[in-house]
Amino acid sequence: MISIFRKEINVFFSSLIGYIALSVFLVGIGLFVWIFPDTNVLDYGFATLDTLFFTAPWVFMFLIPAITMRSFSEEIGLGTIELLATRPLTDLDIILGKYFAALVLVVFSVLPTFIFFYSIYQLGSPVGNIDTGAAWGSYIGLVFLGAAFVAIGIFASSLTKNQIVAFILAVFFCFFFFIAFESLSKLSVFYATADDMIEMLGINAHYVSISRGVVDTRDVIYFLSLITLFISFTKVSLESRKW
Amino acid sequence: MSVQVQHLTKTYGSQKAVNDLSFEAKPGEILGFLGPNGAGKSTAMKIITCFIPQSEGHVKVCGFDTTENSMEVRKRIGYLPESNPLYFDLYVKEYLEFIARLHGLGSEGNKRIEEMIEKTGLTRERKKKIGQLSKGYKQRVGLAQALLHNPDVLILDEPTSGLDPNQLVEIRSLIKDLGKEKTVIFSTHIMQEVQAICDRVVIISKGKKVADETVEKLKSQNSKQQIIKVIFKETLTKEKLQSVRGGLLINSIGNNEWELKAEGGNDLREEVAIFAKKNDYTILSLTKESFSLEEVFQKLTK
Repeated sequence: MISIFRKEINVFFSSLIGYIALSVFLVGIGLFVWIFPDTNVLDYGFATLDTLFFTAPWVFMFLIPAITMRSFSEEIGLGTIELLATRPLTDLDIILGKYFAALVLVVFSVLPTFIFFYSIYQLGSPVGNIDTGAAWGSYIGLVFLGAAFVAIGIFASSLTKNQIVAFILAVFFCFFFFIAFESLSKLSVFYATADDMIEMLGINAHYVSISRGVVDTRDVIYFLSLITLFISFTKVSLESRKW
Repeated sequence: MSVQVQHLTKTYGSQKAVNDLSFEAKPGEILGFLGPNGAGKSTAMKIITCFIPQSEGHVKVCGFDTTENSMEVRKRIGYLPESNPLYFDLYVKEYLEFIARLHGLGSEGNKRIEEMIEKTGLTRERKKKIGQLSKGYKQRVGLAQALLHNPDVLILDEPTSGLDPNQLVEIRSLIKDLGKEKTVIFSTHIMQEVQAICDRVVIISKGKKVADETVEKLKSQNSKQQIIKVIFKETLTKEKLQSVRGGLLINSIGNNEWELKAEGGNDLREEVAIFAKKNDYTILSLTKESFSLEEVFQKLTK
């Protein structure tokens, strides 16, 4: 698995993918948090990183599928899946290697935003007037969210050899799991009966919950289960070529 | 360290890509795998290397079954697929390091990589990205990755495709060398190659095995007729040549060259020499040919 992990990281940074992913994310987020009139924190007046954590999931929803769309689609398209499948490697080795490589890239893209935190910390009156606990919680939530999106993206990539289709499917699934459950729960059919349960199936509910600054085990278990679920789906999808 | 294929069948829908195929490849013996396009060679190779599962039958590599002990099989096999898939964004050395790590070669990996780069003639190209290499060099990278972990069994699907004549000689001699100790199965369309390197030949047509012999036996078995080619200095006519005893079919190939066919083992060369002496003709060239391997192939796979 480590060899696959290292190869993927190599490929991310030998071609433009890694650099573009990092720059797009940071520039996009930077614009929203500091420049755009509606959302920037300077005009908002309160020392909070809410904008970052509100916008980041939506940027991730497009960025992460873009990073993961090639993970299996390219292998299937190039034919290198034949190389990997005839090595002494289990399917899970391959999947986890790719998963962690993409996750590392996502975490690398989030790390520079610590500068935002530091800036707002210093700009606050008095200095340090920011809810640090909530900020840490939100970062953890964001990493979990990213981890979940990566699992979804890799699954989508294993379904097709066409990278564009993989991208679209990944965006759709990420969107669905992020927000659709919440919206579904608001249907009058579910009012006061299943509405909480359905809302809890969605990522946003748990993301918001961790962002309070409380790392609730229910949320952690949710994220880990979701990730495991999609990795299992990917494994089944890979094995299905043998049927 | 042999490869045993027993009653292998692969069905796609209503079509049998491989139909009850059985053969064995032993170490020290280079097995040539021949067949027209679409005969099922690549499919059979993909099954042997655990890439796709069979519909019926068994394959045992070094005693390990490909479905039950897939990991053990994969550790002992070096495979060069027909399409030679490669990661174009990686550098040659980087790619080989990746493959070395996959096989757990550890510290001795670097030494092996250098050896392989030299053996496959990649020394000058090792710092390039794979995508920048020409087809011949890409083919060599494919070979290098198949050989890197020193497997007991080599499965090469058209390993010489895309190579120029110089490279062909090098790679063929490399394969011949490897065949001395390992079990090598390789597929090709080039009869010259088969004659040069292979000890045994398995010919497949439409998924079924139609021949499984040594190269020599294959040629002699199918020679029911002997062909004599003779070039005379003088221009002769067919009628004159009728007087060669035992000659059945006489064809002119132009430029005073004639082709005579005789039944069975009669060596017509003697008769042609006697005929020439009797009539005071000068023979410029006299050769005997048995059925060429190409013709054997064509006959068996029609």
